[in-house]
Amino acid sequence: MQVVRSHQSHRSFSSSSGSVSASPTLPLYRSAPELEVRLEDFESFAIDRLRVLKGISDGLSRGKKPDEMEKLVNELWKTNMRHQDSSQVPNKDIISHFVLRLVYCRTEELRKWFLSMESALFRHRFRNQTAEAQRAIMEEFDLPCKAVSNAEFESLKEKLGQVARSIGHNLSLSTTDAIYYKVPFEEVPELVTGRKVFINQGYAYVAMNQVVSLVATIFRSLLSKALILTNRKWATSIREQEQHRLTPIVEALCSSYLGPDFSQPKEYGEISLKDIDQVAKSSFPLCMRHLFEKLREDHHLKHAGRMQLGLFLKGVGLNVDDSLAFWREEFSKKVGLEKFEKEYAYNIRHNYGKEGKKTDYTPYSCQKIILSTPGVGDHHGCPYRHFGEENLRAALSRMGVNSRAMEDVMGKVRNRDYQLACTLTFEALHAAPCDAGINHPNQYFSDSQRLLKAKKDSST
Amino acid sequence: MTRQGAYKESDDMLIDEPKLPQQGQIAALPNEFNPSYLKIYYSKLFPHADLYRWMSYGNDGKHPACDSSYLGRREFSYTLDNDIFVRYNTFNSATELENSIKDKCPLKIDIGPIYNLNPAHRNAYAGDNVLTPVERELIFDIDMSDYDDVRYCCSGADVCLNCWPLMIVAVKVIDTSLRDDFGFRHILWVYSGRRGVHCWVCDRKARRLTNEQRAAVADYFRVYKGNENNYKKVSLMGQVLHPFLARSYTEVLKEYFETKLLTSQNLLSSEERYEKILEMIPDQSIASELRGKWQESRRSSSAKEDINIIRWEQLKQLLQKHKAQGVRRCVEEIVFTYTYPRLDMEVSKHMNHLLKAPFCVHPKTGRVCVPINPNNCEEFDPTTVPTLIQLLEELNREGLRSDVEGEWNKTSLANAIKLFRSSFLQPLLKICKEEMESSYNAKLQQSKDLLSW
Repeated sequence: MQVVRSHQSHRSFSSSSGSVSASPTLPLYRSAPELEVRLEDFESFAIDRLRVLKGISDGLSRGKKPDEMEKLVNELWKTNMRHQDSSQVPNKDIISHFVLRLVYCRTEELRKWFLSMESALFRHRFRNQTAEAQRAIMEEFDLPCKAVSNAEFESLKEKLGQVARSIGHNLSLSTTDAIYYKVPFEEVPELVTGRKVFINQGYAYVAMNQVVSLVATIFRSLLSKALILTNRKWATSIREQEQHRLTPIVEALCSSYLGPDFSQPKEYGEISLKDIDQVAKSSFPLCMRHLFEKLREDHHLKHAGRMQLGLFLKGVGLNVDDSLAFWREEFSKKVGLEKFEKEYAYNIRHNYGKEGKKTDYTPYSCQKIILSTPGVGDHHGCPYRHFGEENLRAALSRMGVNSRAMEDVMGKVRNRDYQLACTLTFEALHAAPCDAGINHPNQYFSDSQRLLKAKKDSST
Repeated sequence: MTRQGAYKESDDMLIDEPKLPQQGQIAALPNEFNPSYLKIYYSKLFPHADLYRWMSYGNDGKHPACDSSYLGRREFSYTLDNDIFVRYNTFNSATELENSIKDKCPLKIDIGPIYNLNPAHRNAYAGDNVLTPVERELIFDIDMSDYDDVRYCCSGADVCLNCWPLMIVAVKVIDTSLRDDFGFRHILWVYSGRRGVHCWVCDRKARRLTNEQRAAVADYFRVYKGNENNYKKVSLMGQVLHPFLARSYTEVLKEYFETKLLTSQNLLSSEERYEKILEMIPDQSIASELRGKWQESRRSSSAKEDINIIRWEQLKQLLQKHKAQGVRRCVEEIVFTYTYPRLDMEVSKHMNHLLKAPFCVHPKTGRVCVPINPNNCEEFDPTTVPTLIQLLEELNREGLRSDVEGEWNKTSLANAIKLFRSSFLQPLLKICKEEMESSYNAKLQQSKDLLSW
């Protein structure tokens, strides 16, 4: 694959080349393709694919059922992976995959996540391929499966049905369920073990859903090996070579937040100072509520806390003057007015882009907050991650989370699904579902305000 | 004049009169089993040439496709006197094999895998794990002592005609599946000499299975998952049984349970024994109903029909009518527990596992490990398997009669060797030759195609 700037000479970063194998609609990503990529597309294609993978990740951790997942994957793919030039669609698929390999090869945790999501994606897309295409893919994977002819199927139908019922799959004999593949038994030891297939004269008769599993397993193991190799290449040569071009893009991609950035506050987000305590109780997520309460309590916050809360408040609609007034009110109680003006006001104005290089800083996303590392005396970070269980329970119950919801939330926390925990908290407190899931504190705030406003409107 | 005529060894054998084992007795006569008897056995009776031809799998011919290194890469192990165990014996010819056995006179010969290189040279190569198995028969070992919790006639090393049917069941179930399900054809069943059977699957495909694939096959056969900690050792889940299990049940297990083992093992005749079965019933009310019935009827044993059969019918009646499938399934689970084959998984899973060679003599019983014909395995009687003493006695009697086949043909070993050859070795070697020729011709054709313009 060669990455070029428009109108500039290209430099290749992948030494292996080779054509994409198998069906045109479902590439197997066996080797990096001979393609030219524009630098802009390098990043944007990857981001689009990342939206798909993150959507899948979200769907899986919310425990969506297989048919719901099917719908979700189809939608995600359609929405994100299209291209105005339809001939470019397959290329976008392939390029985005290989770019994300670079991004996600670098640590064990990243690799694991990427493997799971790409395997799930592959599994769903495979299922939707034509029988022809599926056979081609199986051949690629050295799975010598032969489709069972109708005649043979009829003669074995009863036995096949027995096997299906013996393992708890009800053979509905719909057209898709009636597709069986015949393969030498030694090719599918995982199905022979546990008697999950009918075996006759050395052949195992594999049902469609089992084939999907087999294929997905092979896909996953190939990708796993490839990721290790990619990591090695990255560490030893690519990162160095591309330090001024691709590397910064790659490194930023995996921590990228993909939603709206809340740098431009919406109209209904505007809050006034006199309302702020009330609004904090009703619509702030736990992380911001905690910082807010600590600020009120101690009349001080350390730098990281000020950044996290301050930018949040900006996103919520607090303008720069109100913000200064707010912080001044608290800090002056501790450090005095003069010190506040000298040491803290500048930074607040800086956050609004009124000072220095005048960058308008964007409020932190959940991802960024979760990854932060609060130390002694700090109150920033994500409480679902950074609080001990007891403290978290106490904080949640102060917020008004009932005991049943509490257990669900704690379950998510134990599973390290911090954003889901926050989402469940939102749902419990607002008695309404939050299907999109919480990805940003400001999203929590605006969703909350929207709900409360709607309730108020409907009651008047 | 034949060799036998000039042979003088028969004179040595007349010095003492060995005692013949009694009919029906399998137990050991250890003081009769001594190295000099083995020496005669290996010298006159043991089928060296057959073993050689088998192990060569057709590579002992002159065909250009023959691999002359093949036999030499096979491991044989000897157990010698004083518990000395010698591994990695290899042979390059029939005479080497024969002379070595005759010379060393091993108490037991084990056959190992074929390695990637001649194991005799294993130390010449640097690095670990240089020696890897590349071919090995798919083997199974079924041992009666694994059934001790379901047989009451004997335990441990003993075997009698009341519990031997368990081995017959094992042979039938596994053999049918190996042939019908897995498509294997060259299968040798051997009596282990004391309390079990061994199975050697010698098809080319079987020999090349990986450990993972062997484990899968062994696992396919596995049903019994018992140890002291669970009272229910067979759990048959699913709405219906897998066709393999269903077939085994209807064709073999049910019949042997109901017509043989139920009565010969008196499985329901005493409280201790029927409690073990009642324990397996998930519905307490049924279990107590049966318990009540049976405690009552203890005294009235005047019925003509066997009490076990009567009670089994009562049990089946109650269970089969139940609305819960788990309870109905209990009938099959009981039958499976008491009859279904129990394999030693470890033996089958690993290519490098050693297994005793056929035609060895079991040191504790003196019995020869003879082949069992799966097609009439129900006729096999372990109590009449020839013993070493018996064979030597027979040789004594027939001493001077010449026989073109060999000394063994004058003894009870004749049938065993003929069975080995006709039902196993000859068909196997025929296929090996065919496969070798066809793959050779295919390669020739391939290279011809490449050269053609």
